[in-house]
Amino acid sequence: MQFMLLFSRQGKLRLQKWYVPLSDKEKKKITRELVQTVLARKPKMCSFLEWRDLKIVYKRYASLYFCCAIEDQDNELITLEIIHRYVELLDKYFGSVCELDIIFNFEKAYFILDEFLLGGEVQETSKKNVLKAIEQADLLQEVKKVIFKNKSFVT
Amino acid sequence: MSDIVEKTLTALPGLFLQNQSVGGPAGVKTSFSSRLGGLVRGITALTSKHEEEKLIQQELSNLKATVSAPTTTLRMMRECMVRLIYCEMLGYDASFGYIHAIKLAQQGNLLEKRVGYLAVSLFLHENHELLLLLVNTVVKDLQSTNLVEVCMALTIVSQIFPREMIPAVLPLIEDKLQHSKEIIRRKAVLALYKFHLIAPNQVQHIHIKFRKALCDRDVGVMAASLHIYFRMIKENSSGYKDLTGSFVTILKQVVGGKLPVDFNYHSVPAPWIQIQLLRILGLLGKDDQRTSELMYDVLDESLRRAELNHNVTYAILFECVHTVYSIYPKSELLEKAAKCIGKFVLSPKINLKYLGLKALTYVIQQDPTLALQHQMTIIECLDHPDPIIKRETLELLYRITNAQNITVIVQKMLEYLHQSKEEYIIVNLVGKIAELAEKYAPDNAWFIQTMNAVFSVGGDVMHPDIPNNFMRLLAEGFDDETEDQQLRLYAVQSYLTLLDVENVFYPQKFLQVMSWVDASLSFLDGFVAEELSQGAAPYKPHHQRQEEKLSQEKVLNFEPYGLSFSSSGFTGRQSPAGISLGSDISGNSAETGMKETNSLKLEGIKKLWGKEGYLPKKEGKTGDETEALPVPQESIIMENVDQAVTKKDQCQVLTQSKEEKEKQLLASSLFVGLGSESTINLLGKADTVSHKFRRKPKVKETKSGETTSAHSMTCSYFSSSSNATYEDDYYLDALQDRGDKELNKFSLNSELLDSESLTELPSVEKLSNCKLSSSPSLFTDNNMEGFHPSQSTAPSVAPETSLASSLLEETSEHMHSELVEVCHNETISVSSYKIWKDDCLFIVWSVSNKSGLELKSANLEIAPAENFKITEQPGCCLPVIEAESIKTFQYSVQMEKPFTEGNLSGFINYQMMDTHSVQLEFSVNLSLLDFIRPLKISTENFGKLWLSFANDVKQNVKVSESQATLPSALKTLQQKLRLHVVEIIGNEGLLACQLLPSIPCLLHFRVHGDVLALWFRSSCSALPDYLLYQCQKVMEGS
Repeated sequence: MQFMLLFSRQGKLRLQKWYVPLSDKEKKKITRELVQTVLARKPKMCSFLEWRDLKIVYKRYASLYFCCAIEDQDNELITLEIIHRYVELLDKYFGSVCELDIIFNFEKAYFILDEFLLGGEVQETSKKNVLKAIEQADLLQEVKKVIFKNKSFVT
Repeated sequence: MSDIVEKTLTALPGLFLQNQSVGGPAGVKTSFSSRLGGLVRGITALTSKHEEEKLIQQELSNLKATVSAPTTTLRMMRECMVRLIYCEMLGYDASFGYIHAIKLAQQGNLLEKRVGYLAVSLFLHENHELLLLLVNTVVKDLQSTNLVEVCMALTIVSQIFPREMIPAVLPLIEDKLQHSKEIIRRKAVLALYKFHLIAPNQVQHIHIKFRKALCDRDVGVMAASLHIYFRMIKENSSGYKDLTGSFVTILKQVVGGKLPVDFNYHSVPAPWIQIQLLRILGLLGKDDQRTSELMYDVLDESLRRAELNHNVTYAILFECVHTVYSIYPKSELLEKAAKCIGKFVLSPKINLKYLGLKALTYVIQQDPTLALQHQMTIIECLDHPDPIIKRETLELLYRITNAQNITVIVQKMLEYLHQSKEEYIIVNLVGKIAELAEKYAPDNAWFIQTMNAVFSVGGDVMHPDIPNNFMRLLAEGFDDETEDQQLRLYAVQSYLTLLDVENVFYPQKFLQVMSWVDASLSFLDGFVAEELSQGAAPYKPHHQRQEEKLSQEKVLNFEPYGLSFSSSGFTGRQSPAGISLGSDISGNSAETGMKETNSLKLEGIKKLWGKEGYLPKKEGKTGDETEALPVPQESIIMENVDQAVTKKDQCQVLTQSKEEKEKQLLASSLFVGLGSESTINLLGKADTVSHKFRRKPKVKETKSGETTSAHSMTCSYFSSSSNATYEDDYYLDALQDRGDKELNKFSLNSELLDSESLTELPSVEKLSNCKLSSSPSLFTDNNMEGFHPSQSTAPSVAPETSLASSLLEETSEHMHSELVEVCHNETISVSSYKIWKDDCLFIVWSVSNKSGLELKSANLEIAPAENFKITEQPGCCLPVIEAESIKTFQYSVQMEKPFTEGNLSGFINYQMMDTHSVQLEFSVNLSLLDFIRPLKISTENFGKLWLSFANDVKQNVKVSESQATLPSALKTLQQKLRLHVVEIIGNEGLLACQLLPSIPCLLHFRVHGDVLALWFRSSCSALPDYLLYQCQKVMEGS
């Protein structure tokens, strides 16, 4: 995987992870173009896009778009499942995730992503193991308790 | 699960608003009361981009002050870092904080360190200079006893690490491969994977350890190692064939559900691992039958097991199909995979349909019939509202383009091109159209029109090769001079028409092409101007034929044109101003041309131009031509009528039969030439079809250098390129024509070439024994003319001559070399020759006793040689050689290892009249060619073998002019290398031979200018190289 972007329906970037070295200028350009292109797509359209020499795989979850760039020979469908697995992980961690969770705790979303994908490849496919790794690191963090206590309004 | 997620997220905007308006419940407030929360809320409350900018700039300057203040604690720093990340995500520059991120990773406690590392990974890229400052921290953390710290260090290394600092951490990470915790081992493997990507030679020594990781008891570690293996095998599959069994076993276990359930994903066992393994197997089995056989079972099982109707099973199926088509083919699997592709293509789900098209695109060269099966779906996809589907369909069509369906396919591509705005797509598509047009253009008009479209849309962005190739093509032309002129003339006419259109701007490159072409044809201005002034009807090839004399005479009689055009009804708007056009054009001024010729809008030309105007029906056109000759004015009318008729026809079809029939029509025009009998699948489309516009042999190449300095081109082309056709060109033309006409049946066989050059077993040219060729021979050729020794110098050997000759006669059914003397003294003379039998090489040594005495204990021995197995043939050696007689010793030689040049040495000893024994040594040179025999196989088998061979060598060989034609190259290859001509396709040939005893080697070659593109494939790794060497030798030698 070359990069992953999360952005809202309004086109606001919520998360960006780049697995290939690019300059900030390029990153901005790519993000701008892609957000535009993806938002312009109609709901019944294909989840895949050809963009420059890359394949874009995207999926919308409520107001959030998850968007991954892969190479042509990569498997588009399994990339969709990578997105889904990531959403599942977020969901499990935050307890019914919503865009707000990601906005206000984006660093945690990054931590989870880093335990799931590393250097652009799937690091661990077992959901249990990913969450275990996160918890291990989180044990040191009292903040987490607070987050969960305050989740009650969502569920 | 996913449903819940989606529902929750759907409810979100409302929550968000609620949070804003009410300020959120108290609990939320505490968690969001952080400064980040404040910032986020502040920003969302804003309405304009301008306000946001102001706020963020304010925030950033606050942050800048805070992070550089000495009083700032690490805890505060951590909080600042999060806000910095957020600002950067919004697109603002926070680079002043980078150094502090590194400091935080270095100095902070676990929590702070974690944020520090995260910030570093988000802020920096692997070439960032600040990253060097992180190395010490990473080294320290790798050595930490705290697992979390080690994990963090490994995580950052796997994401970004300066290449030149790898040695500093490599031993530490290697150690981690043995760590007791699986998470550490897993991350260590991924860190090494990263190193392999950025500096492969640094981790070469660890390959053995990777094998251990592959066998790790933890599934996660094993799965991580697959990433490395995939890369390494992609780079060099032959080095890892021995692991095939392991990968197959692992896949079997995964598919069989032997992994812990944790690894299931929606009750499908470890789909990521399955897919990675399938990809690896695809690489390993490519062109390798033996390896492929190991995986047939597990692939079959994978196809069978993946039956759940869930996205992830389709992901596995897709990969499985890909693998089945990548490896050495097995018909049952292919059948199942084809069915699978059908499921994708026919699926109502758009994602699956897209992948179905993608799979079809991938397999189409191996199995064109599959496209036929799904033609109606493909047609539907051509008009799909989603452009991505359309585009993939065009990609598919691009791969099945041939001379019959080119016009339809290119038309579809142009339609898409006109809708596209994205540069990458335009560049890509324009390149493909130009390629196809050059290859399969049905006629000049079509070619020029298509190229004009290409230039006007893609002129600014296209690859410079396209205009360069195009101009070279116009300049050098191809084989038929008449056609060349026709092409050039048509080009000029079309440009004039284009420039005629008002308010249209053409890309720079297109204008350059136009002006260049124009310059080269300026001598035609008079004619063009005249024609234009009189209504410039479309150009008619038959008249054009008479213009070969044009370059000499310059004065042309265009009366028929003039009459016809001025009298024809539809060109009523003649303008006298047009007459001045001639000078304008020669002055190369497009501008004035546009001004002056406003009145020259000519339906005649335009009609050929527009999409609707173009008539792809060839019959119509040829009819046109024939009638055009005697009565030109009628031809124009005819053309109009023709067009009207076609249009009417189309209308009728439309009204008659709804869309359905239209689609079927389209299908029939798209999928022509794709039948199962077609051999297109053999070597890929590009290789099997002759180029329509094949460039001339390099004789005219002297001019090509001028393509860049366009204006220096003059009319000299016409005179210079008209002559210089070789005898052989005629053969080639014949081949070419036929190849063009019968694209489906490439069965061009020997009858087209002269019988001498293509008899099945050519009378082999004498393979001279280089070393000995200068030494005198007792025999010259087969006959015995040289064998009448005078009594005075040597004793007569007459009694035996008949024997010797009969021996040669006997062997004459096989090819053999000249008899050459290899050694001699006053008593005996030893000569040898080779017999190239079908199944082995025979070497015959004949020893003639020149003395009048009997030789006893005569013994000929061949020294054992490294690469050869030498067997003495029984019954040909007698210990006694009578006076003045000849004895022969026959040996069969087999090659054990391929080589290029070898040497057989031996000696003969004998005793004369019980005296001391005399020994004479000799040697014979052997060439690889002595062991090459033609391999007579069918094209079909050629194709199968071709795909199955893993070893290949490609090389372009420059050859002399006389060699640079298909027949002469064929002749050389056939006679000197003893290759069997399997098939000739256009300017390409398929040849096959075998190295005795039975190692096949295939050659695909193409003549391209003065370059022979040779492509050898064999099951033996060394053979292609050796044959290539021999090939180069004979090509250069002759």
